[in-house]
Amino acid sequence: MEAVKFENVKFSYREDGKDPALNGVTLCIEEGQFVAVLGMNGSGKSTLAKLINALLIPFSGKVEVFGMDTSDEKKTFEIRKNAGMVFQNPDNQTVASIVEDDVAFGPENIGVPREEIGKRIDFALDAVGMQEFRKSTPARLSGGQKQRIAIAGVLAILPKIMILDESTAMLDPRGRREVMDVVRRLNREKGMTVILITHFMDEALQADRAIVMHRGEVVMDGAPEEIFARSDELETYNLTLPRAAYVCKKLQEAGMPVRNAFTAEELAEGICESLRKA
Amino acid sequence: MRIVAEGLTYTYNPKSPFASKALDGVDLTIEEGEFFGIIGHTGSGKSTFVQHLNALIRLTGGSLHVGEYDLADKKCKFLELRSKVGMVFQYPEYQLFAETVEKDVAFGLKNFRKGMSEEETAAAVKEALETVGLDYAKVRNKSPFELSGGQKRRVAIAGVIVTKPEVLILDEPAAGLDPLGKRELMELLHSIHGGWCKTVVIVSHDMDEIAENCTHAAVFSDGKVVMCGKPSEIFARADELLALGLDIPVTAKCAQVLKARGYAVDTDFTCDDFAQKVLALWEKEGGSNA
Repeated sequence: MEAVKFENVKFSYREDGKDPALNGVTLCIEEGQFVAVLGMNGSGKSTLAKLINALLIPFSGKVEVFGMDTSDEKKTFEIRKNAGMVFQNPDNQTVASIVEDDVAFGPENIGVPREEIGKRIDFALDAVGMQEFRKSTPARLSGGQKQRIAIAGVLAILPKIMILDESTAMLDPRGRREVMDVVRRLNREKGMTVILITHFMDEALQADRAIVMHRGEVVMDGAPEEIFARSDELETYNLTLPRAAYVCKKLQEAGMPVRNAFTAEELAEGICESLRKA
Repeated sequence: MRIVAEGLTYTYNPKSPFASKALDGVDLTIEEGEFFGIIGHTGSGKSTFVQHLNALIRLTGGSLHVGEYDLADKKCKFLELRSKVGMVFQYPEYQLFAETVEKDVAFGLKNFRKGMSEEETAAAVKEALETVGLDYAKVRNKSPFELSGGQKRRVAIAGVIVTKPEVLILDEPAAGLDPLGKRELMELLHSIHGGWCKTVVIVSHDMDEIAENCTHAAVFSDGKVVMCGKPSEIFARADELLALGLDIPVTAKCAQVLKARGYAVDTDFTCDDFAQKVLALWEKEGGSNA
């Protein structure tokens, strides 16, 4: 089943349609896929995300979420129930003064029965490891903790698609790891479709598929390893390699026979292997 | 200006049920001329510490000297101190407010330098905007909100460096920027470091960024400084950092595995240096690209 489908989608923030933020994007994301979206600031990543849950409607072309056209206003509610979105700044996403109320906000709005809401809060807070803060005040939590609450708020709606728009940007390494673990688990165990917009190349490695955007167009699309193997091309889009891949390339260029590596572990293995054979 | 903190303690919401100790006896010296990195997970006290440096948080326990300024002294010239110790907060672009870029950048300057002429102010604003890599003529009359995210951040930084602070403190300056934006921002900081800006202090979660940019660094944990030294010294203690729940640079992770297999790589943990040292090791082991 196609979770998300873009057909030649164009979008501009200007009424006359000039300076398009998206300039003819055609894309299909299967249900259960974990897709990382990479690209410079201003390349159209966030616009793409907002078009998925009907926060934006295409200027021309069509966006479908589980077959529902986002330009059909009658479907907006259903689409947003299916595609939950987590933004970058947790402070802009908190609505209640108690954590559990904040998490309950989404399910309450879509009319989930009271006893069910309690279960969902449990599930969502467990999933992000914030159960012990259930009765806390979001304002007194750290940025990383607040972001996990924001994610829990989306999880409580049980969306089929989770869109994370640089949601780990404000977190510390531990917070990032925890969020990424949660996201990956939801993808693997619950089959949730994940669309992860990120500037962290290392995060993209955890995805099944990576899409590179540049000037409103999809310019690269493939497995993360494939994308990162095309380093010269990446550079033209002002993206960098994951650091391990960068070191690996340096070694290879200097003539050391190291197999392609993208993570620290792979790089270490490659180097050891090469040293043993030397 | 040399920064010396001794036994610095600070508690938020003291004498209330929400009391929480953010700093618990911080001893730290930052020498003039350093490009200093502050590492620590959320809630470790990093931000509380840096906010002490220009007295945004008033000293409640311990001592703190920034150059000739004694921050425990109630008669300390705080306004003067603040114009010499510039502070760029996390996501500073959220603090832009004026109608034009020029007015926004001039705001702090006008507060610090009462009586400065219009011409002098304009000249200082122009210099600050050019320093951060923006075209003064093009952006001066624009609304800061028309600019892109990266440009907004530059304007916000210009608003701080317009007073030419001797010490510039930045709380996660590169967070949220794309890789190119990050690189450009770090280049900007290095370009001003060593001129009128003697000391740069950055708070960062990105260990690779610390390894690649800082001359010295300190690790905060539970309101204390638990490690201090050159990045190469700090990252050589990878196990301890991991135990504190912190990350280590990719190169350090790799070096850790290599060490366990009997290959010692003596590196400063920057990617380029690490690659060089590995190559040297490989050649020593008999590898050759001939």
